[in-house]
Amino acid sequence: MSAFVWLTIMTALRILRRNRLRAGLTMLGIVIGVAAVIAMVSIGEGAKRAVQAQIATMGTNVIIIFPGVTSASGVRGSQGSAITLTVSDALDLKKRIPLLADTGWARRDVMQIVYGNRNWNGPINGISPSYLTIRDWSFTSGGPFTQTDLDSAARVALIGQTIVENLFEPGEEPVGAVIRIKNVPFRVIGVLAPKGQSAQGSDQDDVIFIPFSTAERKVFGTSFIGSVGAMFGSTDQVEDLPMAAEQIRGVLRARHRLQTEQNDDFTIRTQVDIGKVQEGTSETLTMMLFAIASVSLLVGGIGIMNILLVSVTERTREIGVRMAVGAKRRHIVMQFLIEAMTLSLVGGALGIVFGVAGAKLTTLIAGWPTIISVNVIVVAFFFSLVVGLFFGLYPANKAARLNPIEALRYE
Amino acid sequence: MGSLIECEDVWKIYRVGDVEVQALRGLSLTIEQGEFVAIMGSSGSGKSTLMNILGCLDQPTKGHYRLNGIEVGNLKPDHLAGIRNQQIGFVFQSFNLIPRTSALENAQLPLFYRGLSLKDQRAQAAAALGRVGLHGRGDHYPTQLSGGQQQRVAIARALVTSPSLLLADEPTGNLDTQSSREIMGILEALNRDEGITIILVTHEVDVAAYAAREIVIKDGKILSDRVTKGRPTSSPVEV
Repeated sequence: MSAFVWLTIMTALRILRRNRLRAGLTMLGIVIGVAAVIAMVSIGEGAKRAVQAQIATMGTNVIIIFPGVTSASGVRGSQGSAITLTVSDALDLKKRIPLLADTGWARRDVMQIVYGNRNWNGPINGISPSYLTIRDWSFTSGGPFTQTDLDSAARVALIGQTIVENLFEPGEEPVGAVIRIKNVPFRVIGVLAPKGQSAQGSDQDDVIFIPFSTAERKVFGTSFIGSVGAMFGSTDQVEDLPMAAEQIRGVLRARHRLQTEQNDDFTIRTQVDIGKVQEGTSETLTMMLFAIASVSLLVGGIGIMNILLVSVTERTREIGVRMAVGAKRRHIVMQFLIEAMTLSLVGGALGIVFGVAGAKLTTLIAGWPTIISVNVIVVAFFFSLVVGLFFGLYPANKAARLNPIEALRYE
Repeated sequence: MGSLIECEDVWKIYRVGDVEVQALRGLSLTIEQGEFVAIMGSSGSGKSTLMNILGCLDQPTKGHYRLNGIEVGNLKPDHLAGIRNQQIGFVFQSFNLIPRTSALENAQLPLFYRGLSLKDQRAQAAAALGRVGLHGRGDHYPTQLSGGQQQRVAIARALVTSPSLLLADEPTGNLDTQSSREIMGILEALNRDEGITIILVTHEVDVAAYAAREIVIKDGKILSDRVTKGRPTSSPVEV
């Protein structure tokens, strides 16, 4: 039997080689389907990985707590407009919840920064030193400020890459320079390593960090001392995030003396929550890809079936001769099935080549990251095989059911 | 051991729409191993139907047909295919070689369905081509061969399985006189030298004259069945 299978494959390949154009056109559906799926999955995977990387720039196992909204005569302010969270909340959370590795806090305002004859409007963040470690900020030069700087409300600043580009000459060293924020001089003691875009699309490098106490007293002119724009916490294990978030909620509700019927006056988001939103998007994308793939493979399969039916008709006499010299039904079925599968597999293989090339080209031309997964290639190949098998069955059976006498007489 | 072919009251009835066509009407026939038989008859006489039944391509509606003692009437299509592969070689009027396939591969075809190894297939097919005078022509394609040569390839394909019965349906119908003589010479030699039973369907008297027995069919029955010793001496055989 194996000699038979081998020879049938060789025969099928020879027949396809002879009808190169026809075989090529027949395979086109499968080629395009498989190529499209592989290219799009690669791009999708690349995008997903990029989003994951962006989420990772938030820090490691981060929990963010925003204050609630203000409500004046039924008109509600934007998120974080209330001043319900304070530094003492953050300190208390750390003390009461062992799951929290650290807590930090920040308050931001957009202000003019001046250096020499240049200026820039950027977000000024008054932060606790722990904020830097929670959000995984590192430095390209200089270093962070310390608890001492916080205690003494030192006029020191850490600046992001976007600030550096807009205030300093190329090649100029910012560390040691004195910039003015709202006319208060600050000495730059560190330049932050770039993080790029956030998962929400904002520029994370357009940022200046100064000690929270300095910001409060010398820059922002806050009326409520100790109120923060946002609090941050981190856990050692990602699995601890939901539990930590729940505990934070309990502690804050108690501290804010909220009755059971009252809503939270804060919002808690964990890195996992933010990741889930992104995953939902990519799942929708995957389902769409699956639909496109199914349709193109279906169309490709019908193309194969069509051409095989033509082939069965064209080769009726040949089938008759084969039957006369002793071909059994299964021999005829196998011959046409193998031809169908050869078409679909060669189509699938070409599709894989084009798909991978397409993904690489996308990276090269558009600069989108792409990830070619072996799984997709294996699945695409497997599905082309199944398509060939499925759509080859009908023509193959039609051929095998021919009456040898009529087939031999066929003109 | 009985006769090679035993037909006993064989009927073949087709139904075309509402019309019943009786192609064979109770035909009985016995052919021994090693005979060279010509079956003659006008078109519509039922000789093609008889050929199809003898060649196990078709089965009788009624009656018995035993080939080498095996009752063929009730066998399944795949079983019939096996019998055709093992015991019968076909030669057709229009050669019926597989197009765009070399002479050697055409001759190999029955062995292909026997599941022989490629090496054995090639060796036996090459030997069969040799027997019909086509040494070294194995790589030729049907379009590169003359009609006579194509029919020789077809004979090689019929011979390659060493069948007990060779059925030739108007084997010279598409050939010129010279090629016809060559083909008939080959068939005659195979019968004479190797004892292969040959049944020849023809309506040409001079072709039928190569056979040793002549059966005339008319209206689905045997009209005459006689032994004809006379072979043409005027046409020398060239193999």
